[in-house]
Amino acid sequence: MTSTILLQQLINGISLGSLYGLVAIGYTMVYGILRLINFAHGDLLMFAAYIAIYAAALLALPWYLSFPLAVIATGLLGILLDRAAYKPLRNAPRISLLISAIGASFLLENLALVFIGGVPKAFPRPEIFDRVIPILGLRIQVLTLYTPVVTLVLLFGLLYIVFHTKVGKAMRAASKDFETTRLMGINLDRIISITFLLGSMLAAAGGIMWAMKYPQVNPFMGVFPGLKAFIAAVLGGIGNIVGAVLGGFLLGLGEILIVALVPEMAQYRDAFAFVILILVLLFRPTGIMGEPIIDKS
Amino acid sequence: MLKVNDLHVYYGGIHALKGVHLSVEQGQIVTLIGANGAGKSTTLRTIVGLERPRTGTVLFNSEDLTKLDTHRIIQRGIGISPEGRKVFPNLTVMENLELGAYHQSQKDAAVQMEWVYTLFPRLRERSRQLTGTLSGGEQQMVALGRALMSRPKLVLLDEPSLGLAPLVVEEVFRTIQTTNEQGATILLVEQNAMAALHVAHYAYVLETGRVILEGPGKTLLADERVRQAYLGE
Ligand SMILES: Nc1ncnc2c1ncn2[C@@H]1O[C@H](COP(=O)(O)OP(=O)(O)O)[C@@H](O)[C@H]1O
Ligand SMILES: [Mg+2]
Repeated sequence: MTSTILLQQLINGISLGSLYGLVAIGYTMVYGILRLINFAHGDLLMFAAYIAIYAAALLALPWYLSFPLAVIATGLLGILLDRAAYKPLRNAPRISLLISAIGASFLLENLALVFIGGVPKAFPRPEIFDRVIPILGLRIQVLTLYTPVVTLVLLFGLLYIVFHTKVGKAMRAASKDFETTRLMGINLDRIISITFLLGSMLAAAGGIMWAMKYPQVNPFMGVFPGLKAFIAAVLGGIGNIVGAVLGGFLLGLGEILIVALVPEMAQYRDAFAFVILILVLLFRPTGIMGEPIIDKS
Repeated sequence: MLKVNDLHVYYGGIHALKGVHLSVEQGQIVTLIGANGAGKSTTLRTIVGLERPRTGTVLFNSEDLTKLDTHRIIQRGIGISPEGRKVFPNLTVMENLELGAYHQSQKDAAVQMEWVYTLFPRLRERSRQLTGTLSGGEQQMVALGRALMSRPKLVLLDEPSLGLAPLVVEEVFRTIQTTNEQGATILLVEQNAMAALHVAHYAYVLETGRVILEGPGKTLLADERVRQAYLGE
């Protein structure tokens, strides 16, 4: 393999990985606070993509309005998801919460199927993301370059909120101990809502970029990126935000490179992620950056 | 200031409080003593809304707290150091203290923090350290300081001396008295009856969910039954 092809694949891997990372953040944030794998998280990508499509088609909004609208709407859906599917189960056994998450995921997918239909819709990719620029003898679509940049900007924004604001402090407190957080006079439900809001908005950003990369949107489009992002979150150490993005980059790079280096493996690309999941769970369940997982009261 | 009437609290089938009453006047230190399992923590938990009574009322400045959410109750002007300290180990000492003043302005919080650091100079040295890395005594100081950060009208302390070395226990009780002298009203739950009765203006003895004895701290110190049952004489 020539070095230009390798470089091309590296760039593709980083770009794909950054998308996984962006979505993985939402898994890790919700897990950190509720100890729940929010299986409906992937479906938020689909929701965001459809909102962006309809905002452009029906309201004739330009992308710089339709994309933020989709992000906000998805953030609100995240809050609604918590209120409807998880909040009534705050004191229920963890397994009930997990089942509710799976149910919520099916519900979202089937609502989309009923109201929108299973025929894929084309995602209108704005022209400015279509441009191709030459870099080091390669021709690269700007979207491929923007994706990791957007991910890193959002990551640092989120880290600022979590580590340097009052709400972030309350989120970190709540991730350890609900009861004592309430004893600080903090409205716990509000903190949980904010957590869902932020995680879901990041998922929406991921969903929009995913839809620009693979511009066919259908009700199940979030399933695979969602699963991959979940694996990325576990790989990075679930509960750890930086770990989620790191896991995303590693998973994306690994997937692309394994296909580039061993072309016979191309069919097994998706299997690669699951092998990683099994290996991590077997040999290092806390992932790369995770702390030992402690049950919360 | 605080008036608890005929409180009945259940944990499933367990009748944990069987008609507890107590009252705390402004400026006092009131203590609630009793053996393990008597219902002391349950009483505090019910005051702050973590447990709901089946019957009975908790009046705080004439407002009934039993229907309010915990965060609202705290916002009425109550600070609490819960049983087992419950500091946030993943936050720094300073962040723990700041959480105690979550609804205060930044300026008020800074003033209070300065005061807490004066009470516990060791916390100032450790302010940027993760609280989980502190010793038990230091963590107790964080829990105490955190409970005081909002300049609460009423401070609830659940066994602040538990598991501490005798010298540290003394320091904790001195601090309780100091804060009281500076205006804080305190409801102190203790198993260390001797120390608690010494600092308390008024005391209640709890046994299996009932108040079996009450009176000024000094009176109970001299009481024959108390001396036998709780002071080990
Ligand atoms: N979460 C709980 N579930 C069931 N029973 C409890 C619970 N918490 C306390 N109890 C019971 O209630 C009674 C009072 O407990 P507690 O208030 O913790 O006593 P104290 O603080 O005086 O040691 C005890 O009999 C205890 O076993
Ligand atoms: Mg207790």
